[in-house]
Amino acid sequence: MLSDVNLLGPELVLMVIGGFLLIADLFIKQRRVLVGVTVAGLLGSLVYTTVLLSEGFVTSEAFNGILVFDHFAVFFQVLLIGAALAAVLVSQHTLARLPSRRGEYLALILFSTAGLQLLAGTRDLIGIFIALELTSLAQYVLVGFHKDRWGSEAGLKYLLTGAIASAVLLYGMAILLGLTGSTNLADISRYIALEGAGREEALILAAVFLIAGFGFKAAVAPFQMWAPDAYTGAPTPVAAYLSVASKAAAFAIIIRVFFEALGDDLLAEHWKTIFAALAVISMFVGNIFALRQDNIKRMLAYSSVAQAGTLLIGLAAISADRSELLGASGILFYLAGYTVTNLAAFVVIIIIANQRGTYSIRDYAGLGRRTPWLAGILAFALISLIGLPPTALFFGKIYLFDTAVQSGLAWLAVIGTINTVISAAYYLRPVKAMFVDQPETDDEGEPAPIAPTSRGVLTTLSLASVGILIIGLVPSLVIDVAEQAVSAILS
Amino acid sequence: MDPAFPVLSLLIFLPLGGALLIALLPGKHTPTQAFWQNTPGTVQQQARWIALGVSLAALIIALVMFILFDRGADGFQFVDEFAWIDAQSVGFNIGYAFGVDGLSMPLVLLTAVLSVVAVLVSWNIDLRPKEYFAWLLVLQTSVFGVFTALDLIFFFLFWELELIPMFLLISTWGSGNRNYSAMKFVLYTVFGSAFMLAGFLVLGSAADTFDIRELRTADLGAAILPAQAIFSFILIAFAIKLPVFPLHTWLPDAHTDAPTAVSVLLAGVLLKMGGYGILRLLFTLMPEVGADADLALAIIGAVSIVYGAIVTIRQTDLKRLIAYSSVSHMGFVLLGVSALGVEGMSGAALQLVTHGLITGMLFVMVGLIYDRTHTRQIGEMRGLIHYMPLLGAGMVFAGLAGLGLPALAGFVAEITIFLGAFGRHEAPVLVSLLGVLLAAGYILWALQRSIFGPRDEKWAGLTDSNHWTEFAAIGALTALIVLLGVYPRLVMDLLVQGVEPIVEQLEAVAALRGGGG
Repeated sequence: MLSDVNLLGPELVLMVIGGFLLIADLFIKQRRVLVGVTVAGLLGSLVYTTVLLSEGFVTSEAFNGILVFDHFAVFFQVLLIGAALAAVLVSQHTLARLPSRRGEYLALILFSTAGLQLLAGTRDLIGIFIALELTSLAQYVLVGFHKDRWGSEAGLKYLLTGAIASAVLLYGMAILLGLTGSTNLADISRYIALEGAGREEALILAAVFLIAGFGFKAAVAPFQMWAPDAYTGAPTPVAAYLSVASKAAAFAIIIRVFFEALGDDLLAEHWKTIFAALAVISMFVGNIFALRQDNIKRMLAYSSVAQAGTLLIGLAAISADRSELLGASGILFYLAGYTVTNLAAFVVIIIIANQRGTYSIRDYAGLGRRTPWLAGILAFALISLIGLPPTALFFGKIYLFDTAVQSGLAWLAVIGTINTVISAAYYLRPVKAMFVDQPETDDEGEPAPIAPTSRGVLTTLSLASVGILIIGLVPSLVIDVAEQAVSAILS
Repeated sequence: MDPAFPVLSLLIFLPLGGALLIALLPGKHTPTQAFWQNTPGTVQQQARWIALGVSLAALIIALVMFILFDRGADGFQFVDEFAWIDAQSVGFNIGYAFGVDGLSMPLVLLTAVLSVVAVLVSWNIDLRPKEYFAWLLVLQTSVFGVFTALDLIFFFLFWELELIPMFLLISTWGSGNRNYSAMKFVLYTVFGSAFMLAGFLVLGSAADTFDIRELRTADLGAAILPAQAIFSFILIAFAIKLPVFPLHTWLPDAHTDAPTAVSVLLAGVLLKMGGYGILRLLFTLMPEVGADADLALAIIGAVSIVYGAIVTIRQTDLKRLIAYSSVSHMGFVLLGVSALGVEGMSGAALQLVTHGLITGMLFVMVGLIYDRTHTRQIGEMRGLIHYMPLLGAGMVFAGLAGLGLPALAGFVAEITIFLGAFGRHEAPVLVSLLGVLLAAGYILWALQRSIFGPRDEKWAGLTDSNHWTEFAAIGALTALIVLLGVYPRLVMDLLVQGVEPIVEQLEAVAALRGGGG
């Protein structure tokens, strides 16, 4: 039992520090101290994970299989901690704007991270639901944290659609439980192998409900309707966090559920169709709507829908050909690349918004001349999002498309690459604004160059942008880790 | 030279290093300080001298390789390789592999020459010179990479890398409708590469390797798409780049609105990537499909030649005129390839080199003339030769080379293509001859209206070419065009050596079919 709690350690650290922050908020007023405690908590969780890893706890289970500690879970725990650290470090300005409730904000990020970590490390439907609710409840509040008009609308919209998504998910789980008599993924898998034949329709129905629930978190179209408003209304660090952490954890749990519990050959053909269809819808919806946005946060919201579509290509590919399951490392690789890329883009946007107070792409004109390094990093991140070399996602896209082609889905790879063309049209617009356009307000004198606000922001930005380059140039570093991670899913 | 010395990697990444060096130069663009301080003048001088030094160094490396190149050996030389990604369990292996053979060596040299020329004609760029020269060098790296990559993924990587500098160079330093043109260029290219990537991945997954040398012998029967489909997918990208009618519409816009140096590189080397790709990838990897596609390629080539020539006649903008003439001239490449013989294919490869030099020179001349007259409208010019004898003569020389005057480079390439293709595709060749006639027409007519004619007093204050950079650029190109015109064997031997393996494969395919049928 004690070792059971031990495995929950990384999450427990976050929960305890989160609880402490809620109380400490009452008497500690210094922002620095609160942020410091939060960072310490996140690092503590990371250290805990490393210790568990080095002490040989890998592939052990706890709480009757509700919690599992394998390389797959570790991969996501590290990724999620990274995203949370970035979100906390760039929240300075957001925190400064808050007269009180600073501790709450930080605590909620910790709670949400704990929930997402659990999501990546659970092998049980109950565990999934608890993890999802833990993270969702925290995120609803975070999205609506600014009590202005946009914030409230975003929070409410996210809450209402999120509640429906949870209900749908629960419904799917209930069907699965009713059919198989178990909430454990391994048991479900055994049942399907033995008695699944003839019950495909019910299983597919349950799976569709599950996909809707997880797809909501991953911002997969047609479950994406919350994303543009939530991204725009939420504090920008929260939007950055949602766009990478939620998506990563959602894909983690989709991979786990669909290839541990529902991975039977009986059903794989159906998953291929569903995932391929969702991939096509997501890519087109995301890219086409992104074309017309002037608010860069809204643009990135639609872009994140399209990127989810790209990731779904990988899921369709592994469904089509189970021997390509190792190709799931392509999804993990892409998620890692996407995380650093999107974080870099968002950090630049946050820096600019803090000093200029604008999210309009038009206002980015002339930035390339005034602050070339900052504009350069944003351009580099956007180039990575298109998938041009020498960046992380250039390689990520090739990897995913290659998986698709290898499993006989060349048409999906073609649609994916055509969507790359569409996406270039909007990703290049900020680049053009920054480096080519002249600022409109020349008579007032040119706006001052933008200086980095704090050391935390600068650290995050440099780590993220170096990450884009490193993953792009030496992809085998991440591929090896990703392969090790997905081999945990192979049964 | 030590065979293990990574000379190719040095060649490819030297310009990139130069670009980084320029980007890290201190100094802001503040036009009030004296020149010895960090003024635009100094920054501009530092940037352009570094760019020139790096391009010259690259040229010297390319020349040394050209001289040391073993003219008797088969296969690739100066090969640099190591395993970049080795994920055996996923069947995903990518090798960092670069090398040159007879086909790519002359194109690498061409790139090196035109890069120096591009720096020389950019000598007076004063708008953000640091960025300009840095991007110019990045462009150089990407083109070297495309011509030497032996791995499909690296080929694709450098193919795509070229877009970023091109987009920024055209949209920032261009003229006219430059934003539209830059975006159009990017979207056309990315559209093509979408299909190219799909084709590459299908090839790679069928053979479990992306290495061109291994793919040549690999059995593609296991591919999930028929070879014809892969061939067409990849052909789309190359046809857009070459460009071929009706996929050429990006080219006149991009050319017209790009700054001079970028036009030179675009026409001189970037279009050549399309022709090179057709020979290196399509015909080397899928000769059996290529053998069937010959008539289609010949017809597309002939249509491009004639259509391009007809549209060229109607142009009033000198730069646009040259741009459309490129469509016509690149049609010859397809015609030569479609001959499927050593003569036609090496002629096509030679056309890549000579057209690079000739059109490069035409764009240089138009750029220099435009710097002085500030117009490119043929209707507004006349009698320029009276005020600018040197530039006028250069323009006339380049024009004559462009229409295929004997003893100049273009003639050799075109005549070889015609001789090679005539035996196989008589009708397309006869139609294409019309293109040569039209070329004489549009070039001579344009020269007559712009360079010759009575004196026009409005040009009285213009100075002729007077700077050493201009002399160097014009002189080098003139010398090379004459040299290749009178002694084409200088590169022809190499090109023949490069296309021979392709032709042997094609003959093997034909023999197999002849024997079987």
